[in-house]
Amino acid sequence: MARPLYAVISLRGISGAAIAIAVILPVMIGVVHSALAGFGHMALLGARGPDLDAWRTLLGQPGLWRAVAVSLWTGVAATMISMGLAFGAVAALQDRVSWLRRVLAPLLAAPHAALAIGLAFVIAPSGWIARGLAVGLGWDRPPELATVGDPWGLALILGLVLKEVPFLIVILLGASTQIAMREQMAAGRALGYGRAAVWLWVLVPQLWPLIRLPVMAVLAFSMSVVDTALILGPSNPPTLSVMVARLFADPDLRAMLPASSGALLQLGLTAMAMGLLWAGASVAGIFARAAMRRGVRLRGLDAWLAVPALLLAGLLFLVVLSLAVLALWSVTFTWRWPDPWPQRLSMAAWQGRAGWLSAAQTAFFIALASSGIALILAIGWLEGGDRAGRHGLRGWMRAAVALPLLLPQLSVLIGLSGLLLRLEMAPMIAVVWGHVLFVFPYVMIALAGPWAALDPRMQRTAAALGAGPWRRLLRVKLPVLLAPLMLAAALGFAVSIAQYLPTMFLGGGRVATLTTEAVALSSGSDRRVAAVHATLQAGLPWLVYLAALILPAVIHRNRRALKGEAS
Amino acid sequence: MSLKLSRLSVRAPDGATLFAGLDLTVVAGEVATVTGPSGAGKSTLLDAIGGHLSPGFHVTGRVFLDGRDVTDLPAEARGIGVMFQQAVLFPHLSVADNLAFGLSPAIRGRLARRMAVAEALAQAGLDGMGARDPATLSGGQRARAALMRTLLADPKAVLLDEPFSALDPGRRHDIREFVLATIRRSRIPALLVTHDRQDADAAGGPVVALT
Amino acid sequence: MNPILTAAALMLSVTPVLSQTWEETLDEARGQTVFFHAWGGDQRTNDFIASVGDEVLERHGVTLQHVRIADTADAVARVLAERAAGREKTGGSVDLIWLNGPNFLAMKDQGLLHGPFVANLPNAQWLDLSEGSANTVDFTVPVEGLESPWRLAKFVFNYDSARIAAPPADMAGWLDWAAAHPGRITHPDPANFMGATFLKQALIELAPDDTDLSVPPTDDSFAKATVPLWHWYDALRPNLWRDGRSFPENESIQQQLLNDGEIDMTMSFDPASAAAAIADGLLPETVRVHVPQAGSIGNVSFVAIPVNAAHKAGAKVVADALLAPATQARMQNIEVLGSFSVLDPAKLDATGQAAFAALPTAPALPALSDLGAVLAEPHPDWMTRLTAAWQDRYTR
Repeated sequence: MARPLYAVISLRGISGAAIAIAVILPVMIGVVHSALAGFGHMALLGARGPDLDAWRTLLGQPGLWRAVAVSLWTGVAATMISMGLAFGAVAALQDRVSWLRRVLAPLLAAPHAALAIGLAFVIAPSGWIARGLAVGLGWDRPPELATVGDPWGLALILGLVLKEVPFLIVILLGASTQIAMREQMAAGRALGYGRAAVWLWVLVPQLWPLIRLPVMAVLAFSMSVVDTALILGPSNPPTLSVMVARLFADPDLRAMLPASSGALLQLGLTAMAMGLLWAGASVAGIFARAAMRRGVRLRGLDAWLAVPALLLAGLLFLVVLSLAVLALWSVTFTWRWPDPWPQRLSMAAWQGRAGWLSAAQTAFFIALASSGIALILAIGWLEGGDRAGRHGLRGWMRAAVALPLLLPQLSVLIGLSGLLLRLEMAPMIAVVWGHVLFVFPYVMIALAGPWAALDPRMQRTAAALGAGPWRRLLRVKLPVLLAPLMLAAALGFAVSIAQYLPTMFLGGGRVATLTTEAVALSSGSDRRVAAVHATLQAGLPWLVYLAALILPAVIHRNRRALKGEAS
Repeated sequence: MSLKLSRLSVRAPDGATLFAGLDLTVVAGEVATVTGPSGAGKSTLLDAIGGHLSPGFHVTGRVFLDGRDVTDLPAEARGIGVMFQQAVLFPHLSVADNLAFGLSPAIRGRLARRMAVAEALAQAGLDGMGARDPATLSGGQRARAALMRTLLADPKAVLLDEPFSALDPGRRHDIREFVLATIRRSRIPALLVTHDRQDADAAGGPVVALT
Repeated sequence: MNPILTAAALMLSVTPVLSQTWEETLDEARGQTVFFHAWGGDQRTNDFIASVGDEVLERHGVTLQHVRIADTADAVARVLAERAAGREKTGGSVDLIWLNGPNFLAMKDQGLLHGPFVANLPNAQWLDLSEGSANTVDFTVPVEGLESPWRLAKFVFNYDSARIAAPPADMAGWLDWAAAHPGRITHPDPANFMGATFLKQALIELAPDDTDLSVPPTDDSFAKATVPLWHWYDALRPNLWRDGRSFPENESIQQQLLNDGEIDMTMSFDPASAAAAIADGLLPETVRVHVPQAGSIGNVSFVAIPVNAAHKAGAKVVADALLAPATQARMQNIEVLGSFSVLDPAKLDATGQAAFAALPTAPALPALSDLGAVLAEPHPDWMTRLTAAWQDRYTR
């Protein structure tokens, strides 16, 4: 007897196919297209490789090797510093975890670009800090120090660290609930080890495998970021990512070929850096194991835990300054060196034809659409898994959601936009879809945990009461999971708001969001208008987070058991 | 060697006083027992002595170890070993490395340290299990390994937090005999927390009942 | 007979054919949305474009969508890409581009421009389109009606008179000045139009007398012409801002550096930019305009219609609206944009002349007579080569 069609084509099958076709396949095709074009094959341009012309053009770019070195150095340094600080700060503040979580949550929503724009003004030679010092120190001119756009990329590293440390701390706090941290800490100390030593010998080796994927994602991001590198990075030459993005924008369409080679170089460089980090961690592990076997107690190290705690406080202070200065500049009329405050305030930048309203509407729509689509895809997969008896995030999907996070965006998007030249896709649709590629993994990862933790007895009870699978999903699961659903959507929203490259490359400059406008305006003469866009860019995700926290609390106000689900 | 508690008392973050003014002296080789129903604060007492209280708990009274006041020292500086209910072995290390982790740094040299660990394993009846993943050990084996790890650190006193309660009744007797005998042989004071009469009887030392 | 129809028929009969097609253009344009790709780095320009958008929407039902681009090359790339993808005659996403110089040459050479269309614009009657006039040659390349002028550009320096006296009178004088004030001047990255113009201004002043900059350079002639330039620049660079190791991306960022007090001087292609920025709170009131003694490079900004533009009629309506005397006068108004008009004052009617006469003045706004001689732009290939040579020499 043939099974009915709906039984063969399961929800899991449909949603899996949708995710594969809409998210995973395009990412891979993008890379493959970059690879073909990078080796001289792009039929659209009449280029029929394989040949090495594109590579020759790329290698002939002035300053290419320095750009490669700067990318590698800034990416690896930012990742290592962020990881070290995150471990150090959690070790120093492990008794204040819930406080830490509360402080960091709002900062996580602020996009890189907004932070970078704010930071650039805070630390510039004529910036807020220098203005604060100028009167006291009698500086008549700003100091001659390259504190932004320095050739070593230190400002870029700081900008990346500012954003990645809170992210990695939150990841670490999540991972640390998976190991018996309190008990092992007590056991280690009872054997005469200091806190720092227990972290080094016992906790870090167990936490590292749990946070390895996010750390690698941070590395891939740091090495290939374009918006932050444009604002804070060196200019002559810039980082490899900026150089490749510029090639891509060359009026001569044939520059697409060397740009594709650049995308491949970026990919190889990132893979190499990941290998380095992995190998470095293994070697460090071997040395640590040897030291541990000697029974080194390292009690004196505990006093040094104050260092990461202080550095974290310093970073948070910089973040607050950076965000505050954006708001301040957005209501400034004139503010000149060396005044610590604006001479005149004005709402002109908000009232003028700054275009922020349409940019905000566009950004809001794209974020809403992409996080909504991502949420539906994720729910489809997880619910399909429940029905098929294969719960949670497993199998190929585990690897699939990691893919868009580990590949440099540039490498994927250059290939994809090359393909889009052929397709007649409305720019708005292309952009929303481009955002889904990068929003989906975050939404999926955020939702998979709470979904798997759902008490299965609730389902059985509902089924015993005669509720079918759709009724159980709509009337039991989704309402119970309202808080994590909202938070996953808010996370997706924030990720979408922050996207720069997908909007630029797939929208072909015809879709203006808060992020693309803020980045474009940051290289203009009017800091006030740039500040309006950056303030909105930072504020919008934050408001959505707030709504995601408040809404379930209001809806479930009489349901005590559902209130704690927010974390 | 002796462990002495003088008017020891702990105030919980909610303001409740868990046990009022406890006085107790345990001499070397003796195993004192603390009994009481769950919630009486048995584990909190051990945390207070070992220095493992969470922030928010407040200790009054004093803890002396060989006449030295250790009340205000951090846990790692007190020299008080703890054997926990769940025999907390570090899951990323082999059994031998777990023991090596405990072994006092006073023992120097790769060979000497390996010998010391091998000897401890043999004493605990864990011969040849050094390379094993702790997760593959039985409950009794884990308890014995944890005790050896605690003793290798050369503690001046040992606290035992219901170390036998998670073991199956058949093995319980043997493990208890092994633990108590090993501690007596080490000539250090020990404090055993339990809610089991038989444990207290076997320990043989003074008994404090918390209510 | 219907009197309205009669009137219409009469109008048609007395106006020439040209105007007839313009009526058709207006009809076709009604309801179209024109995607105008124009550099979006200056808020006043953006506001002005938006006000033109309001006008064409109200008068002709054309919606103007300003696509703010960071680099004109982006828009050129887009047109190329779309044509390569098969959108050869229509359906393109770029309807109008603000461009000139190398980008114009690139598009013209590759047949990417629609036209000629300028002579058919009603407001072209106010322009001096005689042969050799600034409106007919773009960087020595004949315009041939393929792009319509809209604003005048002339290279000037803006300096803060509260900090420094007037800058050197010629480029050679920069060496001593910079040595005396190390770290206080810079120029935009030569990959940027303004940075390249700074090098061109120096090239014009420093090149050997027998150099002909109006023809494309050869390897030989380029090397010969630039020997004094690189000699001069090598001496200047160590005393530039940040030791000449990094450069502001464009003149907007450089203007911000002047406002922040990090440098003492900036440069602009718009003689009114200082007065405009002062009025907008973006520069100190003490900033003044300086023109090199021998004059400075000048050119005209144009708009052009790509060959595959989807809304060519609408684009023409916008190009025409940019040339209306009232609009040009508003553009030159320092309180609006302050860009000098491309219209020929001698050709304007009384209303048009009155509109210009009524414009307000400002202390930092130079009079036309203060601006000195206009030096012709070299052939675009000079700029392309200068940029590449600079990058080869100074980007490590």
